[in-house]
Amino acid sequence: MEEIIQSAEKTITERFGAAASEFRGETTLLVPAEKIVDACRVLRDEFGFDSLPVETAVDYFPRTDPRFHVVYVLNSSKTHLYINLRVPVNADPAEIDTVEGVFPGANWREREIWDLFGIHFKGHSDLRRIMMPPNWEGHPLRKDYSLGYEEVQYTFNYEEIQSKKPRGER
Amino acid sequence: MKRSNRKNRAVSAEPGESMREIQEFTLDELRHLFSPRAQTGETMVLNMGPQHPSTHGVLRLIVELDGETVVNCVPDIGFLHTGIEKNMEYKTYLKAEVMTDRMDYLYSIGNNLVYCLAIEKLTGLKPPPRADAIRVILTELSRLQSHLIWIGTSSLDLAAMSTFLYAMREREMILDIFELVSGQRMMTTYIRPGGLWRDVPAEFEAAVRHVVDVLPKRIDEYEALLTKNLLFIDRTKGIGKIDTATCLAWNVSGPTLRATGLAQDQRKSNPYSGYGQYDFDIPTQKEGDVYARYLVRVAEMRESVKIISQALDKLPYGPVIDNNRKFVPPPRSEIGVSMESLIHHFKLWTEGFTPPAGAVYSSIESPRGELGVFLESDGGPKPFRVHYRTPSIPLLQVIPILAKGHFVADLVGIIGSIDIILGDADR
Repeated sequence: MEEIIQSAEKTITERFGAAASEFRGETTLLVPAEKIVDACRVLRDEFGFDSLPVETAVDYFPRTDPRFHVVYVLNSSKTHLYINLRVPVNADPAEIDTVEGVFPGANWREREIWDLFGIHFKGHSDLRRIMMPPNWEGHPLRKDYSLGYEEVQYTFNYEEIQSKKPRGER
Repeated sequence: MKRSNRKNRAVSAEPGESMREIQEFTLDELRHLFSPRAQTGETMVLNMGPQHPSTHGVLRLIVELDGETVVNCVPDIGFLHTGIEKNMEYKTYLKAEVMTDRMDYLYSIGNNLVYCLAIEKLTGLKPPPRADAIRVILTELSRLQSHLIWIGTSSLDLAAMSTFLYAMREREMILDIFELVSGQRMMTTYIRPGGLWRDVPAEFEAAVRHVVDVLPKRIDEYEALLTKNLLFIDRTKGIGKIDTATCLAWNVSGPTLRATGLAQDQRKSNPYSGYGQYDFDIPTQKEGDVYARYLVRVAEMRESVKIISQALDKLPYGPVIDNNRKFVPPPRSEIGVSMESLIHHFKLWTEGFTPPAGAVYSSIESPRGELGVFLESDGGPKPFRVHYRTPSIPLLQVIPILAKGHFVADLVGIIGSIDIILGDADR
């Protein structure tokens, strides 16, 4: 069982220049952004990782280079093994290729990431907001998107926050 | 009006201006999703839901119809989006757990469990055997009550009304057990990182034993109402078919996948909480239609009863929570006599515990499929990122595949058969 993970790790590392790491028994491969679709295809066709249970993102604001990690968790229906892929994504432009062509189920997951993190998926068939209303401004799961409490005003940022207040003077 | 200043705000607050209107989709925007015949008016595009009893919550379907036949449908979700993942990032690990109950409200104990399993994986906490056994009993009871709701509502959709009333009667017994152990009927937060909140009361065993004794007969009654009912078979056989390869490509798991013939179950493939020591089967069917999903779920209820009775027979005695004071609060009796305990209690309740930095993924089998948590910690007292991998999203995503070519009335049966929870999908 473990050999599959090891050989997959070896293949992806050699072919796509990924960096492997292990934490709490989980193998994670850090794959360059332009290689993710190929890496997913190789893992699906050669190693039997035939479904993608999780695709999500993590925001490392204020770090900008890379600002995001897009996380893929692949599962094999035969061996029941999991393998994690991570792709660094820069703050500007925040975009990455879609893996919809390999795993059609990624469609809504990527719409969710676009909606909540603002990461654009190149080549996606239907990139609309999914959770928030279509005319929403901002991407709520970003770390610089406030939770909705009132911000505390100090002398150094009084004006700036005052101008953003709903009924403040503009 | 300075729009740029009001970023991140849904509600416009110009004096005199009421809430900003929510834009609606136009057919033009969704042109790529419907057939060209919709543009010419040859087929009809209708709206179903979000306030519709057969959509099991607030699901909206934009259905393209040719007469009575579904040509295509586009599910629209997000009406129940409450930003739980965002909120959890602002709370300590213990406080954030309370929010997990509110996602899949029919399997809230499982939501707690998977979150605690992720924290335990991250921190190395080890729940004692008694805690594991009680976790198994409670999650299986939770699966039973979820399936009871499903058998009631999905047969109600197909006009078999009496099952609903009986199923709700049985569900009440299970909710009473949850109230007995935690004081809450649905949102229990009873499972905590490292074990359980407290031990179960003395009445627990008798109450569970009663459910185990009564339920198999009651399941027979439901089966007598439905399994060989000709009207029910007519409405379900050959409707909403899907095959294994499609399920895997679209990440569909749970009973919907098992009804296509693949015996995939997290309880067997990646056992958690000591599921490996119980003897149970994974029911499967070949057809992958609504009737197959019905048979799989009914068989699953019987298996759950089997697991509960085994777990009850060998319920060990002992503590119910790990003893690591860096993560688990000390009991009240200790606080009065030990300075260390007082400090630990104070630290845990004010600052919270700090797991090591890193990311883990752990998953369990929910009544709807694989329920997983991706948890990333930055070493601080609050989770850096929590993502719930919920089984309802893939199920909703395949509704167009299931429904194409069937009648609108069958669409209702199909939505019932995949057993979606919108709170689970929208989070």
